[in-house]
Amino acid sequence: MEFIDYYKVLGLDKSATASDIKKAYRKLARKYHPDVNPDDKDAEVKFKQLNEAHAVLSDPEKRKKYDQYGKDWEHAEEFEKAKARQQRSYSSGSGPFTYSGSGAGAEDFSEFFESMFGGGGFGGGRQRQTRFRGQDYNADLELHLRDAFSTHKRTLTVNGKNIRITVPAGIEDGQTIKINGHGGPGVNGGPAGDLYLTFRIHNTTPFKREGANLYKEVEIPLTKAVLGGEITTDTFDGKVKLSVKPGTGNGTRVKLKGKGFPIYKKSGQFGDLFITYQVHIPEQLTPEQEKLFKELEKTGL
Amino acid sequence: METKINIQRLCEVYEIERSFVISICEADLITLYSEGNQDFITVEELPFLERMLRLHQDLGINEEGLHTIHHLLERVTDMKEEIRQLRNRLRLYEDF
Repeated sequence: MEFIDYYKVLGLDKSATASDIKKAYRKLARKYHPDVNPDDKDAEVKFKQLNEAHAVLSDPEKRKKYDQYGKDWEHAEEFEKAKARQQRSYSSGSGPFTYSGSGAGAEDFSEFFESMFGGGGFGGGRQRQTRFRGQDYNADLELHLRDAFSTHKRTLTVNGKNIRITVPAGIEDGQTIKINGHGGPGVNGGPAGDLYLTFRIHNTTPFKREGANLYKEVEIPLTKAVLGGEITTDTFDGKVKLSVKPGTGNGTRVKLKGKGFPIYKKSGQFGDLFITYQVHIPEQLTPEQEKLFKELEKTGL
Repeated sequence: METKINIQRLCEVYEIERSFVISICEADLITLYSEGNQDFITVEELPFLERMLRLHQDLGINEEGLHTIHHLLERVTDMKEEIRQLRNRLRLYEDF
């Protein structure tokens, strides 16, 4: 556990007045507030640090203790014992914030803070307050690309509760869906928060995906490229016969309409599959093949 | 499940002035529904109202500022979606 320099967090030095602290805090809070930095983890961390620094430095008792012990904060326990007989007079919710945002864990204070000032008993912190609507939850769901090919049900455990959800076919990597009412419970008769589920899709298939279109490279023999003919190749969910035109060049692309990925929220509709031919140039030839190539060469090919 | 919330009740639980909610509605940021002499907003719009409220109460943003922030955040959201799509597209050209 490391010492946290709360003055540094607020960009101040130890001589800062209460007004300086308030001003610095407000200025930085405007910059890092989670509501103006949606989905920004760094800003969320910074905002927590600001809240913690402000909770300590804006409270004369806590600031005194912090200043007194500084880097020797581990001895603060003795200070705490000495103070134990005194009646706690910290006012609850003294800060200007009543942040109850959607970012999970925005209320957490560091281990350093907990160690020096104790846990939830302190009121001056930024304890998240649900006043009506429940907290929103965020979760990631990892899927393989093959799992995103068809609509299916899945059971997730979020905050100890099992939730059965439908994963829609065609969902994309990084896409977030909202599941109404599966966040934290509301208070005072308020509605529950929502669950925001972000899909992380891994692809270990030979297919590349962009939206509903799939892309794949298929190697064909030199003779097939020159003379043409039929080949069989894999689509995402089956096999297909392709007719290779005579004189097909390396990098030639063909489109297989409707053989791509399902289009999100458009049941029964699919994107396209694009096949790029890679003509295989043999590195080693048998004596017979070499002879034939030499004969071809004589023809001026 | 409740689908609309009485403004009066909202003002009580969030300890806000009715005028704040009305100003947000008048800026067309949320829709106000009236039934008899009661005004409501939908539950779907509650998270948005909460966000505006936090910005107002936490950061001291006034109503005009909230309007501006809302539009900027909408642009941020659109740009993030565009970045996500471009990133996915970029993968087409990687590892080949």
